[in-house]
This record gives sequence, structure tokens and C-alpha cells, in this order.
Amino acid sequence: MSHEKFGFSAVKPRFIEYDKNDRTLFYLLRRREPSISICFSCGSCSATCPANAQTPFSFSRIMLYIRRGEKVQIAREINKCMMCGKCRLACPKGVNTRNIILITRDFLQKRTP
Amino acid sequence: MNKRVLIIGAGIAGMEAAASLLALGNEVLLFERDEIPGGHLKDWERLFPTQRLGSEVLDFLKKGIGSNVQLIHGTTITSAEKHEGRFKVVSSGGDVWWGDAVLLATGYDLFDATKKEEYGYGIFKNVITSADLEKRLLHSKELLTAEGKKPGRIAFVHCVGSRDRKIGNVFCSKVCCVTAVKQAIEIRQLLPDCEAYCFYMDLRMYGMKFEELYNEAQEKWGVTFIRGRMSEVSENIDRSLLVKVEDTLIGRPMRMNVDMLVLMVGFVPTKTTAKLAANIGVELNENGFIKMLDEHTSSNITNVPGVFVTGTAAAPQTISTTVMDARSAAVVVNNWLNSGGKA
Repeated sequence: MSHEKFGFSAVKPRFIEYDKNDRTLFYLLRRREPSISICFSCGSCSATCPANAQTPFSFSRIMLYIRRGEKVQIAREINKCMMCGKCRLACPKGVNTRNIILITRDFLQKRTP
Repeated sequence: MNKRVLIIGAGIAGMEAAASLLALGNEVLLFERDEIPGGHLKDWERLFPTQRLGSEVLDFLKKGIGSNVQLIHGTTITSAEKHEGRFKVVSSGGDVWWGDAVLLATGYDLFDATKKEEYGYGIFKNVITSADLEKRLLHSKELLTAEGKKPGRIAFVHCVGSRDRKIGNVFCSKVCCVTAVKQAIEIRQLLPDCEAYCFYMDLRMYGMKFEELYNEAQEKWGVTFIRGRMSEVSENIDRSLLVKVEDTLIGRPMRMNVDMLVLMVGFVPTKTTAKLAANIGVELNENGFIKMLDEHTSSNITNVPGVFVTGTAAAPQTISTTVMDARSAAVVVNNWLNSGGKA
């Protein structure tokens, strides 16, 4: 790569480009699992999550990625869940977290050839 | 002989206090600088958390003062002083009235949003305040951008002029959070194709039905709440607005275009109240509102015996608490008068 020869490279901006992001998954989830709408990012799900205790996996963060349409992060994170379901017990708003994960995985599988 | 109370300001607090003082057997003079009573409520279409009409509450207050309260409208009281145990107030026109007690119900001013220049109020045409939006909803059932187009996305900015040390207002204005939720729902009801966003730092849903309204906004109306304070707003060539904000829950900056921006302006103490207070010797608190003798136990009493305060002249309040505070002030004033001027 030419930029490597010169010893520098262009850093990609860190902006969440809201207008360019594709939020199809979020709109699908809002129809199929409406409880996604009432998450208020309290973090109970991640606090109780055994995967989060050992690795940098955060379900509350995934919820935000879904809402903003940050597809790369969703795809990177979603399979780290072990489906134990503790998050669903901890959620004070009764969000069906397991169903959100299942629909998301299904959606990504169908979309990726 | 009946005691006479001079109430300055015929907004919610002044009107309700007048009705209560009258019911307790006092003579009441109610001064109002505008031609009609009602204060800020006159410009408000619907009220949180039920979306009932502001005019209904106004009708209730008008009925309360009826024809027995002497409403002296179109009159600005510019000075007040104590003379041998009685109070004398003077209007800008030089008219003089005497009374046995003074109740300050002079209310608040809305924060001047041009002071937060980074949001572009007064510079970009599609940046409006929450009060502007309410006035537009009051007079028309249509909401269009400055170019006459249907907006596709509207964003609300919380805490404009509140909780802002740099602007000089460290206090929370209390009502803007839930007003934004209410207005975002109204946008979604009026324009089903328009997205609504709220940019907040904290959501203070402290009242009965407030949290429920917030849940309803998300669940039923699809309003999106993003935690972060907007740093700057710039105008695109088509007059839409590019906003920059940190999505603090994700921890990354965000860029978004919106068609209209609504600034949730807070309460500020009025300059005319400060002048009148200085004139009569009433102290102000560190935020510039009228200082209560004791926030817990003597909230309607000022440092000057015989001068009382009610409503938003003392602190930001909702309509419900203003009405309660006005009734409380009426009892306090009445007790003071009946005890022969002892606190």
C-alpha cells in the first residue's frame, strides 16, 4: 500500500453517520418485538451477563447499535451471546432480550450469503 | 373592615391566589400588565401529561376570579413601598393603590435562546423554541418548515438555558423534559411520517404520569431519545440543519440532518421582578428568583413582613404545583392579616 511507504495513513472519522446508516433491522424488530422500543439503557442486562463478566461483550451496547444502524458492530457482537437468558430476568422494563437476539441472528444469516 | 391584598401578576399563580383570598373574605386587587389575564398559559396549546387544552385551565382560573376580584389590566406596577404598616403600589402611569399586604406573582421569563448561539436560534430559520412551537400549534393545525415543506425529521434539544453554568443558570427548569416528550408525541400525531428525536442529558420524569408518557412516546409513537448535548448546529444549503452530538451511551460522536430543531427553553427570573423586589426591599436568591424565608416551611414568605410570593417568581414550577402554591400563599397571607400583621 502506498500510504504505508510514507509511514502514515488516513484515519476514518469516528462519527455515527446517522443518515447513511441502514436501520432496517431496528424497524423490523420494532414490529416483531415491540419491547425493544422501551429500553432506556440502564445496563442491568449487561451487568448480569456472564459473557460481559469475562469478555468485552455488552448487550445494552448492542441495543444501541441496533437503534443507530451500526451494522458492523452488530454483526461483530451478536454471536458472542450464550443465550442463557439472565438479561431478560434482570430487565426492569420487560424487554424480551432473547427474542431480539434470535431475530437479529436470523436477520443477519438471511442477509449474509 | 375587609383587608385588601394587592396581587401583582395575573398569571396562573396570581389568578388562583386571588380566587382563594377572595373566598377567605378579603378584598383583592389583581394587577396585570397585559390586557387579558393568563400569563404564559395564554400561549400554550396543550398541557402535559394529559394533553388537555391549556384554555380549559384558563377558563377554570377565570371562573375563580369571577367579577368580585378587581382586575386592573394593562397596568404595570413599577414601584411598591411600605408606609406606616400599609403598602403603596404605583403603576408606570403614576396611578397609586393602597393595600394591607402585597403578593408577588410576577412569574418568569423564557430563556432567550439567542444566547446559545451554537444552536442558531435567530440565525437559522428552522430553529425554533418550544414556546414558538406551542404558539404555532395553538394557531394552526399545520406545521411546515421555513420553506413551506412538511418536515421529515424534527429534533428537540433539552436543557437550553437550564443547567448551564456558563449561561448563568445552574438550576433545572423542571418542566422542559416532559414538555419535550409531550411535543414530540404531538409531532408524531400531527405528522405521522415525521421522525422525532430528543437530545437529552438526563430525563427528569418526576411527576405522576410523566414516566408513563415517556414510555408511550417510545413504544406507541416511536420517538427516539439520544443522550448527549448538542455541540453545534449548522445550516445546509437547502436550509435543513446538520447537528453534531456525542451519543454518550455509545461513546462516539454522531452527525444527523434534521428539518427543524426545537430548543427546550427554560425559566429565567424576570428583570422587572428584580427591580420591583429591590424597590420594596425583597431579597433574591442565588438564581435571581425571589428568596423564600425558608424553602421547606415558609415558601410563600419573603424577608419583608407583609410581602409574599407565589408561583414561578420564586422557582420554576409546573401548572399543578403553581395552583397549589397559590392556594398555600392565600392561606399564609390571610393568616398574617388576621393575626394583625404577625408572621
